[in-house]
Amino acid sequence: MHSPDRTVQTPTGVAEPIPLRPVAKDVETRRVPFRGAGFSPKALWYVPPLVFLLLLAVWEAGSRFGLISPLVLPAPSEVLTAFRNLVESGMLYNHLAASLQRLVIGFVCGTILGTVVGVLIGLYSLARSAFRPLVAAIFPIPKIALLPLFIIWFGIGEGSKVATILFGSFFPMVIATYGGIDAVDRSLIRMGQSFNMSRAAIIRKIVLPSALPAILNGMRIAASISIILLVAAEMIGAEYGIGAYVLLAGNLMATDQLIAGVIVLSMLGLIVSWLISLAERHFLRWRN
Amino acid sequence: MDLEIRNLTHRYDDLDVLRDVTLTIPSGQIVCIVGPSGCGKSTLLRLLGGLEQPTQGEILEVGAPPKGSLNPLTYIFQDFALLPWRTVSGNISLVLEGHQLGKSEIQGRISDVLARTRLSDFAGVYPRQLSGGMKQRVAIARALAVDPAVLLMDEPLSALDSQTRELLMDDLVSLWERERFTACYITHNLNEAVRLGHRVVVLSRRPGEIREIVDIDTPLSERSADSAHLGRIQTQLWEMMREEALTADRQLNDA
Repeated sequence: MHSPDRTVQTPTGVAEPIPLRPVAKDVETRRVPFRGAGFSPKALWYVPPLVFLLLLAVWEAGSRFGLISPLVLPAPSEVLTAFRNLVESGMLYNHLAASLQRLVIGFVCGTILGTVVGVLIGLYSLARSAFRPLVAAIFPIPKIALLPLFIIWFGIGEGSKVATILFGSFFPMVIATYGGIDAVDRSLIRMGQSFNMSRAAIIRKIVLPSALPAILNGMRIAASISIILLVAAEMIGAEYGIGAYVLLAGNLMATDQLIAGVIVLSMLGLIVSWLISLAERHFLRWRN
Repeated sequence: MDLEIRNLTHRYDDLDVLRDVTLTIPSGQIVCIVGPSGCGKSTLLRLLGGLEQPTQGEILEVGAPPKGSLNPLTYIFQDFALLPWRTVSGNISLVLEGHQLGKSEIQGRISDVLARTRLSDFAGVYPRQLSGGMKQRVAIARALAVDPAVLLMDEPLSALDSQTRELLMDDLVSLWERERFTACYITHNLNEAVRLGHRVVVLSRRPGEIREIVDIDTPLSERSADSAHLGRIQTQLWEMMREEALTADRQLNDA
């Protein structure tokens, strides 16, 4: 009688399967309730354009019916006109060219220098001991506070503006880079050593690729800080530049131009972050 | 090439990890080292390959490594240690670059070891696409690519599930049958030890000392998972370790 529970021995000795649910009639049964729903938000592709359109429609309608004063907030159509004027007069090119030049020079130099210093801190005890406290002390200073000092040092022209952006992007890069190197899986380094790889090869082929995601992340932060500093720097003594344009529009109470300028800044930010996403997709394809 | 450990004692600050270990790893044999966790067996392996320096005693390479060996003492790690941004062949190429080999020589070695480990179809695949067992096969292929004299294997099957472990054990046995490699194989799994070891060395709990050396004469290819003889040896090893493991389990982890 060692037959499993699911069969019963009949008098003929043939095992017959017993019914799956031998539930007595008077016993209450109910389905197990499902409790695992929620907590997994998804992006619905059709919602963002709808939200944008709805917002614009409400805004435009409010302006047309006089609910929103044109001085406080001009209608979207007026902003569009201001933007068209900006393009057609050729001023957009002038402002953008000036801004992009400052941004690119400051950001590129700051990023490269920051990465180099970050790598040194990540690899060498001397650099680590020397630079890390300095970085810790200087990083929290809002770089805008240093702008007046930079104006004294580098003049009111391009020098001080570029220096502010450079400084602003340098520190997040340093911190992201050495953080990335600190987080490199030591077992991979040990593997490199165990195969007699040279120190230079270990750095180039193991350490830097490992730290690359952190470095790119640092670039993202550095880029957004750079745009903030760009606008701030352009609000002091700049003839051209999106920041100067926005400031002038504000002084003239030309809110349509002001908002057109702000939209250009938003686009600039989006484009920069899109470029970094492209770089991530290219360099980190192995991550999926 | 043999590997000889002479009167090795190792200490981290005040903590004795290994005490007076003397052992030879003879050419062409697999020496398994077993012991309770924290007995210093992984430390012993790091010392063997020169990733750490012994406090006292010495480790000697006896005899010349095989001609053309790029890295006589080669590790196989528990966590595979593959670079996720390199493909299978890229990971093998990593350890061949920097040896002044020509491009075609590197390519030749890569396709040779991939064929020997039956991985040829996976040359262009990234590690994340592979199962644990396949990752470890790649790591074995990488180790073979440098023509090692001694393979230093640090619990190579511990990160795998038990079915994969069986499969890889078979692979290692047939690999040994073909290539007669020399290996020092660290494990806490006694079954692996009796299946793969020509010689099983039992370490005591910390500080690790050699408690017993058991030679197993049955050829590797004739050892099966359900052999009674191996079962007896395994039980015997477990009896030796049981007390040690129990005490080690209760030892505070201040290392």
